[in-house]
Amino acid sequence: MSSSGVARFWREIPQRYNLLGNKCNSCNKIFFPPKESCPFCRRKSIGKMKELKLSGKGKIITYSIIHSAIENFQKQIPYIISIIKLDEGPNITAQIVDCEIEKIKIGMKVENTFRKIQEDGYTGAIYYGYKFRPCDSLLTEKEQCKCDTK
Amino acid sequence: MRDVAVIGVGLTKFGELWDKSFRELISEAGSKAIFDSGIGGLEIDAMYVGSMSSGRFIGQEHIGALVADASGFSHLNIPSTRVEGACASGGLAVREGYLSIASGLNDVVVVGGIEKMNDVSGTAATETLAMAADQEWEAFFGATFPSIYAMIATRHMHEYGTTREQLAQVAVKNHSNGALNPFAQYQREIKMEFVLNAPPVAYPLGLFDCSPVTDGAAAVVLCSLDKAKNFTDKPVKIIASGQASDSLALHGRRDICTLDSTVQAAKKAFKQANVTQKDIDLAEVHDCFTIAEICAIEDLGFMKKGEGGKAIDENITNLNGSLPVNTSGGLKSKGHPVGATGVAQIVEIVTQLRGEADKRQVKDAKIGLAHNVGGSGATCIVHILEGI
Repeated sequence: MSSSGVARFWREIPQRYNLLGNKCNSCNKIFFPPKESCPFCRRKSIGKMKELKLSGKGKIITYSIIHSAIENFQKQIPYIISIIKLDEGPNITAQIVDCEIEKIKIGMKVENTFRKIQEDGYTGAIYYGYKFRPCDSLLTEKEQCKCDTK
Repeated sequence: MRDVAVIGVGLTKFGELWDKSFRELISEAGSKAIFDSGIGGLEIDAMYVGSMSSGRFIGQEHIGALVADASGFSHLNIPSTRVEGACASGGLAVREGYLSIASGLNDVVVVGGIEKMNDVSGTAATETLAMAADQEWEAFFGATFPSIYAMIATRHMHEYGTTREQLAQVAVKNHSNGALNPFAQYQREIKMEFVLNAPPVAYPLGLFDCSPVTDGAAAVVLCSLDKAKNFTDKPVKIIASGQASDSLALHGRRDICTLDSTVQAAKKAFKQANVTQKDIDLAEVHDCFTIAEICAIEDLGFMKKGEGGKAIDENITNLNGSLPVNTSGGLKSKGHPVGATGVAQIVEIVTQLRGEADKRQVKDAKIGLAHNVGGSGATCIVHILEGI
């Protein structure tokens, strides 16, 4: 993101802060990030795309542990990147935090957590957004995960 | 559609070419191809050049005109167009050249591919390569390009039992082929334990699972088949060109382990060529990472899904196997100057079909396939060529 304007980040704040996707009310498919029209219903979906806040809960379907990163992420290595299948359907790419690297595995239930993603050097903008953590990773009882762990 | 043939090929040495500029590289590859083809130069109707990110790598855009100029054709005012599709830029440029002849618009076309990657730091190169991924929804969150292929590998291992050793063996095999290729960046064999013990890049992939950062250029001269005989007695016919696309981000795919763009491009290509997988004598596939070669041989239809690792164990894809894959050394050992790669694959297939591949020659090679991927599979292009 270095060298790109801050507006490029602002534009995506609703999605990155609040996991705002949308739903096609013609076929009920859910999209994240939101789509202008439904790729399956096309013309029929016009005017029927409704904003939808996602639950932020899902399962890891694959992952990698990054040891070599670009500049803005250097301080975080090693870190886990993963693809998560959200309970509502869409897949998203996000980091997994609050999880020991050895414990990461496919099928793990995770939930959304709001974090700093990266910063543009020492004086540049700080970018926030979603990361995910294991549903049972909590530090205090108050933060206990409400997600279904059956 | 008219038939199209490759009548000339040219390649620079691949590697860290500190003493060679972008212009020198592309004009070297271009003049070798033109010299090889037997054309004089005045016959050229158009030029196409594949380059992924000259703007980031050397701070220069407008590569189409630059290449025509650097090659000494500016005074002929030949139309010259740059084609971009990330790591598939070269393959796409070949296809554009092919289409322009097949359509009847042009008779003789020069296609180049180039990337000069070592004029920036390793970190800057990594950052630029990540631009083949989805910047807003993958890279922003910290995904690197190797980590995206690593996620394909993790899932492949989980679903099909593909092993770390099978991944490593892809690198071992491709280095052993590259050792026989005088143009390759790494002309040496490596041992399995080197691959397994290499520094980690993105689990489960280590340094030796990744193709390197490379400078290099490749070029081919294409001509309508009916006119090809005027210039050469060893034309190689392009019997198919198939292209397909898919979601930019890996997480948008139907299946994490399948590159549907490869499946679809291959389907189109095999249909057009009217041949089956069994007819292919050798293939150059896009092994930007070791897992990519395993997925490629599955998605191209050579192996069932999930059996790519087994094919490696059974040495099917070795130089003397039933389907030699990446006889050039592949991206792993020959090197991966991204924009040049798709064109260089065609150069290798043509060299093999002409029987000029020397120590790495595949016996009686008649039909070859080239498979070039952009990003993690958002673009794919498959060419099938036949020696005539």
